[in-house]
Amino acid sequence: MARRVAASLRRLGALLFSVVLTFLGLTCVTFAIGRFMPIDPVIAIVGDKASQETYDRVYRELGLHEPVIVQYGNYLARIAQGEFGNSVMTARPVLEDLVRVFPATIELAALALVIGVVFGIPAGVIAATNRGRWPDQVMRFLSLVGYSMPVFWLGLVGLLLFYAKLGWVEGPGRLDVMYDDIVAPVTGMLTIDALLAGEDEVFANALGHLVLPASILGFLSLAYVARMTRSFMLEQLEQEYILAALAKGLSPWRVVWVHALGNIWVQLVTVIALTFGSLLEGAVLTETVFAWPGLGLYMKNSLFAADLNAVLGGTLLIGAIYILLNMLSDLVYALVDPRARDQG
Amino acid sequence: MAMRAWLLDPAPASRRQARLGGWFRAWLAFRRNTLGMVGLAIVLLLLAVAAFAPLIADPASALTQTLENRLQPATWAHPFGTDELGRDILVRVMFGARITLTIVVLVSLIVVPIGLAIGLPAGYFGGWIDAALMRVTDIFLAFPRLVLALAFAAALGPGIENAVIAIALTAWPPYARLARAETMTRRRSEFIQAAELQGASHLRIISTQIVPLCMPSVIIRLTLDMAGIILTAAGLGFLGLGAQPPSPEWGAMVSTGREVLLDQWWVATIPGLAIFVTSLGFNLLGDGLRDVSSGRG
Repeated sequence: MARRVAASLRRLGALLFSVVLTFLGLTCVTFAIGRFMPIDPVIAIVGDKASQETYDRVYRELGLHEPVIVQYGNYLARIAQGEFGNSVMTARPVLEDLVRVFPATIELAALALVIGVVFGIPAGVIAATNRGRWPDQVMRFLSLVGYSMPVFWLGLVGLLLFYAKLGWVEGPGRLDVMYDDIVAPVTGMLTIDALLAGEDEVFANALGHLVLPASILGFLSLAYVARMTRSFMLEQLEQEYILAALAKGLSPWRVVWVHALGNIWVQLVTVIALTFGSLLEGAVLTETVFAWPGLGLYMKNSLFAADLNAVLGGTLLIGAIYILLNMLSDLVYALVDPRARDQG
Repeated sequence: MAMRAWLLDPAPASRRQARLGGWFRAWLAFRRNTLGMVGLAIVLLLLAVAAFAPLIADPASALTQTLENRLQPATWAHPFGTDELGRDILVRVMFGARITLTIVVLVSLIVVPIGLAIGLPAGYFGGWIDAALMRVTDIFLAFPRLVLALAFAAALGPGIENAVIAIALTAWPPYARLARAETMTRRRSEFIQAAELQGASHLRIISTQIVPLCMPSVIIRLTLDMAGIILTAAGLGFLGLGAQPPSPEWGAMVSTGREVLLDQWWVATIPGLAIFVTSLGFNLLGDGLRDVSSGRG
């Protein structure tokens, strides 16, 4: 028992170490990007008409005279305090901006993930149990279509078809103007806030805006989830316990959906975590198309305002979430899967 | 027929016959894979279009503005209509194929050598070299690709070269892992030991014995990756961080077509379709190749 605890602690330590290392790597990259930026950070503050004295003063204030390694250390210290600098575009601290825009992205990505999981897992199971037959072929083709789809283009076509031509969904943005400022922000996720406030009309409108971008992102994650589910299931269905269960007289339905599926959920958690990370990325393009005021649109607008603090802040945020999701899935793996748990 | 018999000879008389025979068998297996063949056809079509575009249409016409023709719907003269500056969309899509191909070729030329340079020594020497190199790889693997490419493109300035660098910097880690895994499975093979006993240097063993064995899986992986590279490049172009106007890059074309989407749908839709079909072609081809190589036809 004690040995087992020690082994678990060692594994946890190794995991934490690698997470910290990865995060340091990420900060190295964002720091390097900040340094390579062709825009002179001093001129960005003082303007190009400033005197040499002012220039030198600001140059020192920014710590640019220090060795690079010291500058990097200062950079890390600032990040640790949540200090990402001010955004040029909004003239507010970047962290404040990020906190404000992030819930919109979470709302979008969460619904997309739900769509992907709810349809993707059954699709993958059905494909695996019909290996080589038409449901499998259809699934395979559809997931390749998902992998090949430029998400921004699908968004535009979706808007053209379902909003402009058919009028089934609401247009770009999160809410019609007439519903603005009715519900007080609690979570920052409009659908949830509207429900909390009991504003059914606002909820319906917000959902109408949300459903198309979420479905489009959801389709892309569906492709990945279904494909991974299929390959995990194929692995299980070849095992002898499946044969034993069938021989015992259990219904094939039960064997597939309870026994085999029950054995792959740990792997599925990993896939779902990674999917969520890639959804945050996909949000940059989707939000641009749908004028969705989340992290992606914020980063895109910052890019064109040459607002480097904001861009790097957003990169760090998405990167950190990515890394944490990776760690979380490793952790779940280590905790629930006895094979992984008893090693090492 | 004699050719076929020679290729399928179970006892090839020369190394060349054996190698050609191996390829021919792979082709026979691949030919049965309908989706894979569709993918191959799409990729070949893309190559042909890119190669012959200047022969079919005048390169200047992809850029020349003829404002009296702007936003024309499809006609015989302009099968895909014209864009907001009166340029023929079909011609622009054809020249866009060259840009897309340039991007994927350049990215491949960067990521494969980097991936091999990191993965081969890691798998071959093992130990702390392996641990250190793989740690670096894992760090890069844990980065969000598009976001990082975006940040790079923003820092280096928009443009096709910078888009290539940005994509390549985030695309190499899977190749390093692949090369490492392939190397580790061969490392203890008898033919490697034989080469070592003959006094071959590590560099020689890696480059003459191991690299050729890694190449098939690297090529399959690359084919499957093409779609991702094309989509990332198009995404950067769409955001205005890739190829700059008036260059007929597909993502940038979708972006400009966006303004007239509701009235002149073809301007944004056609180049987007080109991105989709091209990515799908590479994905189908890669999927088919993978099936053949793993022996499940």
